[in-house]
Amino acid sequence: MSQSSKRIRYVLKRLLQAIPIILAIVVLNFFLLQLAEGDAVDVLAGEAGSATPEYMAELRAKFGLDQPLIVQLGVYLKNVVMLDLGYSFRHEMPVSQLVFDRFIPTLILMSSTIVIAVGFGIILGLIAATGLNTWRDTAISVFALITYATPLFWVGLMLIVVFSLNLGWFPTSGMENFAMFYSGWDRVVDIAHHLVLPTITLSLFYLALYTRLMRASVLEQQGEDYVTTARAKGLTERRIVFVHVLRNALLPVVTMAGVQVGALIGGSVIVESVFAWPGLGMLAFEALFSRDLNLLLGIFLLSASLVVAVNLVVDIIYSLLDPRIEVS
Amino acid sequence: MTRLLDIRDLHVALPAGGQRAHAVKAADLHLEENEILCVVGESGSGKSLTARAVMGLLPKPHVHISQGEVMFQGEDLAKASEARLRQIRGSDISMIFQEPMTALNPVMTIGNQIDEVFRFHENMPGKERRARALKLLEDVHLPDPEQTLDAYPHQLSGGQRQRAMIAMALALDPKILIADEPTTALDVTTQAQVLKLIKEMQAEHGTGVLFITHDFGVVADIADRVAVMQNGLVVETGTTDEVLRNPQHPYTQGLMAAVPSLTPRAARARSEESVLSVNKLVKTYSSGGGLFGGKARVVHAAKEVTFDLARGETLGIVGESGSGKSTVARCIVRLNDAEAGEILLGGTDLRPLGRSAMRAHRSKIQMVFQDPFASLNPRTKVGKIIAQGPLLYGASTEEAREKALELLEIVGLDDRAYDRFPHEFSGGQRQRIGIARALALEPQILVADEPVSALDVSIQAQILELLDSIRDRMNLSMIFITHDLRVAAQVCDRIAVMRRGEVVEIGATEGIFANPQHEYTRDLLSAVPGKGWFASETAVAS
Repeated sequence: MSQSSKRIRYVLKRLLQAIPIILAIVVLNFFLLQLAEGDAVDVLAGEAGSATPEYMAELRAKFGLDQPLIVQLGVYLKNVVMLDLGYSFRHEMPVSQLVFDRFIPTLILMSSTIVIAVGFGIILGLIAATGLNTWRDTAISVFALITYATPLFWVGLMLIVVFSLNLGWFPTSGMENFAMFYSGWDRVVDIAHHLVLPTITLSLFYLALYTRLMRASVLEQQGEDYVTTARAKGLTERRIVFVHVLRNALLPVVTMAGVQVGALIGGSVIVESVFAWPGLGMLAFEALFSRDLNLLLGIFLLSASLVVAVNLVVDIIYSLLDPRIEVS
Repeated sequence: MTRLLDIRDLHVALPAGGQRAHAVKAADLHLEENEILCVVGESGSGKSLTARAVMGLLPKPHVHISQGEVMFQGEDLAKASEARLRQIRGSDISMIFQEPMTALNPVMTIGNQIDEVFRFHENMPGKERRARALKLLEDVHLPDPEQTLDAYPHQLSGGQRQRAMIAMALALDPKILIADEPTTALDVTTQAQVLKLIKEMQAEHGTGVLFITHDFGVVADIADRVAVMQNGLVVETGTTDEVLRNPQHPYTQGLMAAVPSLTPRAARARSEESVLSVNKLVKTYSSGGGLFGGKARVVHAAKEVTFDLARGETLGIVGESGSGKSTVARCIVRLNDAEAGEILLGGTDLRPLGRSAMRAHRSKIQMVFQDPFASLNPRTKVGKIIAQGPLLYGASTEEAREKALELLEIVGLDDRAYDRFPHEFSGGQRQRIGIARALALEPQILVADEPVSALDVSIQAQILELLDSIRDRMNLSMIFITHDLRVAAQVCDRIAVMRRGEVVEIGATEGIFANPQHEYTRDLLSAVPGKGWFASETAVAS
């Protein structure tokens, strides 16, 4: 069997395996959310201020919250399988539409963050390691240490203060300027403009992490025997670093990046709040406080699928980078 | 003859504050065209650093040439620029290394790695480069060169990797080939083939080979001339005959005497009392497969292994890597669980015993491990390492301490060792600690898994002597796992030869050496390097 058809089979197999995993996550989340006191009706009634117990019972019956837990779970699972994520009474919209609308901004923010963090992390780590104990190494290590230790929200606020308020280079918040009714290429540019500060804020921490990881990984690889062999062949240091060391040193970074995509969704709640970025993080935050369990479950389901998908992508990248890992 | 390399008064400086100021002190060596010069010495003798100094591959800036010259065709390499050295490396002087798995880049195909040499030194079109790489792989007798070009290192066996490495080193027909322990990591039969290949290639191309090794057997088989190094000094040089038949320097004499002879020592009377019998032991390893099906690869590490062990006897299990000899040892000690068969110790079958039932028997069989560096807990003091066993089996603190001190004395270490950490000791001393630890529970059986293969030859002789004296003194029975037939000849009363999980032959050592029955045993014996060169050795039938 050829390598590529092997790979396709592998992807199909993994996707098939993902279904029971995601269903298990849904069940787990369902029970986890039941552990918290109160439901959407409590919140609605509290906000209305004058709800009678009869009215609350009526609302619960309407939402299906008076059913036994196991029945609620069964109904929810059945709907999920039919790709119906339910209805958010809080937003008065189907959950799937709500989640999908917010998913795109999160995806944009996440992908740009990953690209920046991993890309620059690799470059900076490589520069630091190849110039070990020179000023370059020291400067990069100090930079990494500082960004690693600074809280995300503070970085966000400071960036807004400096680049938006004082210099006026970037907008303070939001994802696009609706008032201008941009379309086509102009809209892309506008979104990119809004994207700069949130991406920098979110990626700084991870950038520091990958820089340090890459630096350590390159240093480790440089001590390996095959590097000596490469030198003994008369190769230039350039070739040794970029062809021999780089590919081997990338492996731990890729592994780490795969694991952290999940954490990135969590981390983006803060950044989305600071920059009023209309993403999933914000939505989850609101849903949690209004006890909008349907919506929360929908968000969790989407995040879980995302993590599963990213893990698959990482495994594929890994098998491309390292021939010793066989997909089967 | 033209002189290719002339090393004069070479000093290699070590970082300040180390144990020694120089790794190599005033080394004088020279290499002629079309000859193999073996530089032989124990660890720390500076032989590897001498080789690397020639290539300009010292771990700079901490380790550097501080004095002397390395003349190559009228040019001093010690003073050559980095750019000039790069030209020379790979084209005029090339190098092969000890561990072919780690010396090749794991994520690059063999073809690409050979191709690099051509690309960096010669200007030739891709097609020609590929054709030449193919030819090289054919020359080193790799099966299916086409496929090997596109293979990654992990897809080849150890011997094949070293062949690929040699092909790469010979790509541009260098004048000098530096081989740094190129066969140390290989099995003995593979080693014999690789040595033959190096010799063949050397003769064909008239290459000068600087061959670094610690193994006098290899020296005897391959060298034209020999240089012996000790603590950074070249203590003796001469032709192979001169140095091996009539060593002048006491150090060389000591080393030669320490090489175990292939002639088995006199047989001892075998006790009638059997302490352990292993019946039809089966152990398989499988990889792959898993939760969602898929084909699992199954390796038979032990296929119905059967033997018994008499009181006071040493049974050797010999074989190459992957033969299952270590697995059998680990199953007997119950570090691994065998799937079927019996391990009868004094009438009790140990194999099916659970954790707590096994506890009563653990102390009766103890193990000595191969790597004295990795097998002792670096954060635990030596005294505690030894006393731990007796303490667990109910001895009082005072008793355990007494026991530990007594054992330290038995294995030839000072009382003061009790309060030290393992890293303060040398490899040989650590192996003594490992032996003391194993003896602390007063076992009936000692299982030693390659106990001397990580040690220098002179230390090896001392440890073997120690094991011998302990066996006699405590009336122990010993299972001695080794890949080295020389060691087996000197230590074992009986030998079991294993291949691919099977015992192909078992019998008294003398009988096996004099008259091997199985073809594989004959192959192993004929592959032992340096037959007939050492103390009272008669040529072995091959």
